[in-house]
Amino acid sequence: MGGPADDDEGTRATAAETSVATATGLSERDATLVEELLAGSHRALARVITRIENRSPGYRGIVAALHGHTGGANVIGITGSPGAGKSTLVDKLAAAYRDRGDTVGVVAVDPSSPYTGGAVLGDRIRMGSNVGDMDVFFRSMSARGQLGGLSMATADAVKALDAFGKDVVIIETVGAGQNEVDVVRTADTVAVLVQPGSGDDIQTLKAGILEIGDVFVVNKADMDGAERTLAELEEMVHRRESPTKGLDTGHHGFEAPDHPDGGADEASADGEADDAPAWTPEVLRTVANTGDGVGALIETFDAHARYLRESGEIRATKRQRYAEEIRTLVRSDVGALATDEIERRGGIDDLADAVRRRETDPYSVAAEIVAPIADCVESSDR
Amino acid sequence: MSAEQEKRAIRCLVAKVGLDGHDRGAHVIARAFRDAGFEVVYSGLHRAPDDIVQAAVQEDVDVLGISILSGAHNTLVPKVIEGLKSYDAFEDTLILVGGIIPDDDEAELKKLGVAEVFGPGTPMEETVEFIRKNVPERA
Repeated sequence: MGGPADDDEGTRATAAETSVATATGLSERDATLVEELLAGSHRALARVITRIENRSPGYRGIVAALHGHTGGANVIGITGSPGAGKSTLVDKLAAAYRDRGDTVGVVAVDPSSPYTGGAVLGDRIRMGSNVGDMDVFFRSMSARGQLGGLSMATADAVKALDAFGKDVVIIETVGAGQNEVDVVRTADTVAVLVQPGSGDDIQTLKAGILEIGDVFVVNKADMDGAERTLAELEEMVHRRESPTKGLDTGHHGFEAPDHPDGGADEASADGEADDAPAWTPEVLRTVANTGDGVGALIETFDAHARYLRESGEIRATKRQRYAEEIRTLVRSDVGALATDEIERRGGIDDLADAVRRRETDPYSVAAEIVAPIADCVESSDR
Repeated sequence: MSAEQEKRAIRCLVAKVGLDGHDRGAHVIARAFRDAGFEVVYSGLHRAPDDIVQAAVQEDVDVLGISILSGAHNTLVPKVIEGLKSYDAFEDTLILVGGIIPDDDEAELKKLGVAEVFGPGTPMEETVEFIRKNVPERA
């Protein structure tokens, strides 16, 4: 394996490269950094990810320059409750991919303290099978309390690893909330890890995470209660495949692959996406400690990647993902413009006080702030 | 344009090298660093110098804190430093050593490029403060 996950992307590389040079300023030093990364410097790759994490000046130009070189990696997201064995499984997966000659990148996301911003990033401890192997590039990231920004930073870090030439990129995150769900959604294939006897866990999974899983894994399958957990998951997966399919994913997020509304557009453009048999999530068992079931899991990942390619769904999901990236960026940029404008008008506190004194109202304030931006948009229309 | 605010954090690798199973100190340090707002990667026990180098390079840490209580610092620390140099990562990494290091050895280690050696009983604030002051300036 290791071939492009999305064949139509590689061919666009040259076009993207030329337009990028003009669209985003890339300082000479950053251009060198990008070159070094593409030439295979681990140091440069590490440094680029730091720039991405820090949102430091110029990182956008770097990511833009790298984008044309991405599309070659299979991106796999792994999520599950704390203690389910994600890190250990990721370690064994990475080793198995290495055994068959694939290079691997791992982005492990850990929570940070909301009070100090500090974090202990402990996933690396479990990477015992791959120490000393530089072809497994393991990077810990902390959530840094970013709202929504985390999924952008993760997606950009994945791009860096992809452009570096990794065949497989694994994103590992604790599946706790919307933030994490957004993170794993940047993956092509999502595996949800469950440990045996976690009936209550599955209850909570139902709400969000269950819908994004392409593969469900009962880890620690040698423990009591594994059979029952397997059965429960099987039942849930098949219920998901019932006639109301699409409804349960539809109202949960913009990126849901089978969105009933967005679907009309996609189907006409991609044709085959609708006729191909839909993917039924697999339920597998593993014992990450011993490596049991890891081979079968990789086969399933391959099968899902194949399904995405052959059904044409990869195009639809990628289009939606990039659409969301564009929206997020534009929102954040326009938001920043608005924040500047608020500052120019005396700051948010003064404006809020004016509203409190009934001198004005929130709608008028908002309209005044947005007016100059709207003017610019209109004047550039002509 | 800088639409987003830059969000920097000091990244540290707390590393245990060699045949040395005493990690209480490393844990305490890791926790103190976290509470100071740093992002801490902990290596786990019994790592070879190469593993530490791999982790330091991939995680792109600002600070590498090596905890050694086995007395093997004169063999292990130079290997780590050599490794960092081979990846071009030595210059802008602040290297600290914690543990029981004789004074003569401390001077040797500092000559090699270790920024500071912290012995037993060093107040946590002192180490944190040292890092804040000396963390390499990076673009």
